[in-house]
Amino acid sequence: MNKCEIEDKLKEFIVETFLFGQDSGLKSSDSLLKKGIVDSTGVIELIDFIERTFQIKVEDEEILPENLDSIDHAASYILGKQNR
Amino acid sequence: MTTVSREALKIDCAVEIERIKNSIHEKVTQTLRRRGAVIGLSGGIDSTLVAALCVQALGKDRVFGIIMPEKESSPESTEWGRLAAESFGIRSVIEDITSVLEGAKCYERRDEAIRKCVPEYAAGYRAKIVLPGVLEDERLRVYSVVIQAPDGRVIKTRMPADVYLTVVAASNFKQRARKMMEYHHADRLNYAVAGTPNRLEYELGFFVKNGDGAADFKPIAHLYKTQVYQLAEHIGVPAEIRSRPSTTDTYSLPQSQEEFFFSIPLERLDLCLYAHDQGMKPADIAASVDLSSEQVERVFRDIESKRRAARYGHMAPLLVGSK
Repeated sequence: MNKCEIEDKLKEFIVETFLFGQDSGLKSSDSLLKKGIVDSTGVIELIDFIERTFQIKVEDEEILPENLDSIDHAASYILGKQNR
Repeated sequence: MTTVSREALKIDCAVEIERIKNSIHEKVTQTLRRRGAVIGLSGGIDSTLVAALCVQALGKDRVFGIIMPEKESSPESTEWGRLAAESFGIRSVIEDITSVLEGAKCYERRDEAIRKCVPEYAAGYRAKIVLPGVLEDERLRVYSVVIQAPDGRVIKTRMPADVYLTVVAASNFKQRARKMMEYHHADRLNYAVAGTPNRLEYELGFFVKNGDGAADFKPIAHLYKTQVYQLAEHIGVPAEIRSRPSTTDTYSLPQSQEEFFFSIPLERLDLCLYAHDQGMKPADIAASVDLSSEQVERVFRDIESKRRAARYGHMAPLLVGSK
């Protein structure tokens, strides 16, 4: 899966789970936390989805805004983990 | 540069007690039109202070304390709850809520959820859930479950969303069962229910909706925790209760309020919350609270995030038909 495909999967999950299917112009670079799209429970749900869908283990020390706070960041993080 | 100091949270205890006393009296007798106050006594400083304030406002014969242990409560909670009632001369009763919780399958539902993460978790094991501290690093804070086996081994693992939500939902039975019992006695006596949150708990959402978040009046919700300590000392809350660390007394393993929710020592959080609400800059207050500027920024972000999450807890039922 390339970065675009990963971003599409993430966006589909986020829109469906946190935005009740309403895209509302969500951009890849939008901060999910600052925009109030994802709360603390949402972070756990996002991690569960990433682990399940992309077959990677998100370590505790990797639960950082730079890895998870936007679709763009999360896709780069996932790609990096898969290529390790 | 505006900075913050502990002096900012110093209050004139006599004046503040008088103000709260008058307000309780007016609210209970005039607004709520009830004949007294019921208080759940946890054995902690907040509920003991509320009991003392209600005694000053309404008289000791119009205040009723309820001590509500369950099988996982610390025995100290009952002991200090009794001491609180005796110290201020109020009537009290012990209501063990274990059977209510067993009837609701509180323990069973929680333990079944925990076993999804830790299959060996069984009778004799103890558990709690914890958050990483906010000061250490930039990590987004997600809960882990900590298990202690009978042989002393400790297992800590992050919980998936369904486990986390189920563990919390099951544990919330405890606060809701207690509130149900408080309202039973309030109905029986024609009294109002006093809530016991301090400002940190109330504003940052450290309460269970329709559990300890429910009450008819909340006399100390405007007070920072350090102000609670000042008033408690002034009004004569026993030293044993004042020196007891703030605990949740909700899980079978001892759990501080800091590791469960607040993530930094409460005295520091008081100052950070005050500074945040006064519009002070992290760099300006960092030295006064003995933190780095980056750490204060993280605390500020955490305050904002907790406030956002607390909105739901504070919301009254929404009337769909209204415009």
